[in-house]
Amino acid sequence: MMRRTPRPLERLMGLFFSACGLTAVAFVLLISLYLILAGVPALRETGLPDFLLGRQWSPTAQRPEFGIAPFLLTSVYGAAGAVLLGAPIGLLCAVFLAKTAPPRLAAAVRPAVELLSGIPSVVYGLVGMLVLVPAVRRCFRLPDGAGLFSAILVLAVMILPSIVSVSEAALRAVPPEYEAASLALGATQIETVFRVTLPAASGGVAASVVLGVGRAIGEAMAVLMVAGNAANMPSLFKSVKFLTTAIASEMSYSSGLHRQALFSIALVLFFFIMLVNVLLNRLLKRKGG
Amino acid sequence: MSTQTLSRARWVRGCILRLLLCLSAALVCALLAGLTGYILLRGLPHVTWQLLFTQSSVLRGTRGILPNLLNTLYVVLAALALVLPLGVGAAIYLTEYAASPRLVRAVEFAAETLAGIPSIIYGLAGMLLFCQLLGLGTSLLAGSLTLAVMTLPIVIRTTQESLKSVPQSYREGALGLGSGKWHMIRTVVLPPAMDGIVTGCILSAGRVVGESAALLFTAGMGMSLNRFFASWENFAHSSGATLTVALYVYAKERADFDTAFAIAALLMLFTLALNFTAKWAGRRLRRRKGERNE
Repeated sequence: MMRRTPRPLERLMGLFFSACGLTAVAFVLLISLYLILAGVPALRETGLPDFLLGRQWSPTAQRPEFGIAPFLLTSVYGAAGAVLLGAPIGLLCAVFLAKTAPPRLAAAVRPAVELLSGIPSVVYGLVGMLVLVPAVRRCFRLPDGAGLFSAILVLAVMILPSIVSVSEAALRAVPPEYEAASLALGATQIETVFRVTLPAASGGVAASVVLGVGRAIGEAMAVLMVAGNAANMPSLFKSVKFLTTAIASEMSYSSGLHRQALFSIALVLFFFIMLVNVLLNRLLKRKGG
Repeated sequence: MSTQTLSRARWVRGCILRLLLCLSAALVCALLAGLTGYILLRGLPHVTWQLLFTQSSVLRGTRGILPNLLNTLYVVLAALALVLPLGVGAAIYLTEYAASPRLVRAVEFAAETLAGIPSIIYGLAGMLLFCQLLGLGTSLLAGSLTLAVMTLPIVIRTTQESLKSVPQSYREGALGLGSGKWHMIRTVVLPPAMDGIVTGCILSAGRVVGESAALLFTAGMGMSLNRFFASWENFAHSSGATLTVALYVYAKERADFDTAFAIAALLMLFTLALNFTAKWAGRRLRRRKGERNE
């Protein structure tokens, strides 16, 4: 006798919420679709092997060449360098916060880490450009400090917060019984942390590092301001261009095949990031299971 | 004898590791203190009334960032207005409506993917989708739309978490009393989840204020004062640099580092303020949750 069928408003809102849920999926599909549509023409024009492995990037030359090996290698080296520098420091900081710091001190340091992650990337870029780059130039007696090394330093600082917070969460999730057993067998607290807790949290720690790699590969503005922006093959103190900065610095004046090639770079970058995301998902799932 | 030397080795190793732990934490704190201190010291002296409330004038040789301040405000408001219904709706769908676990997984995977995409890619995709396909050109509206997509995963995640913390018994009670689903969500589920939504808003606002790469090609670098709300045409078709983009332009293209540092100092203050507000809202959320569990 009572209402069996939902009122129109109820049905309408149900539809609205379903639509909202599906928008997220639609956006991912749209972004992928458009990047592929925009990126494939230049790939077809130059040929995938030549595009990925070509060492020469001279889009505005008489006979333009589109080889993105310099950008690819720079991005890989940059991310690797940033992780090599940032991961140990971040991990140690996470251990400090999760295990050895007095709670009061940890409560003071943790907001600092969060704040570090909230600083806009252009601000990192500005400080890098005016403080770090001159310092690097003076320290190593270079004609110009802007280059891969400065970029790695800036990236290392920028990925610190994500490494610290994800690793700390992983360390905290380790069951206390493990540590109790180790302590009862006579290991000191430090030994317990490094021999028992860290290995048990390795999945989460690996996830934090992968997250850091993703951040480092995707960062554009800060790197744009400190890397020098010349399409050189990467070397520690040379001016270089990353995948991201190639797009950011050339998009405004590019046209024709050059512009299409920049979209292809974005496609390559997107592919990289998707790879990193899948890996991250795997690691987090494994930790959960 | 041998155990004694062993334990000394262990003791030394323990001390070294402990020292390393403290050093790394100290390094992180020193980095933050150094960065904040340096930026505020160099920037704040250049934050003047003239800078804040005029626009740059080549004729008079003055610098002003009023247009950029306003652009930032517009973009934040517009992006939030767009992302809030979408994100909250998606979260409600995930926690209240979705029937098939496969669909839930697809939406959650999509949100995670969106969270991982770097901002420069958002910039390009926004340029292709909003500026070219929808014909918006380089405009604040296109920039806001792009940032709305970018902040969608943040709003979905925080809302979803706070919706999950609403006890199931609330829903059962409401449904048992004969309420419809939407009526139940509106009256019983959403009010206690409000804090989470607010946190999501603040986090998104922080992300929008700090964003630059995604705006470079979507909202553009316009530096002059526009009356955006005077007409739809203005809002949808005039380009405008937000504070972050203006910082980039002043530092990299005009080598005007004083203005750049002044903007950086303002951005740091905004970041600090948003961070504290988010923390405050988060604490309220946790306290409420504690009350509910008792």
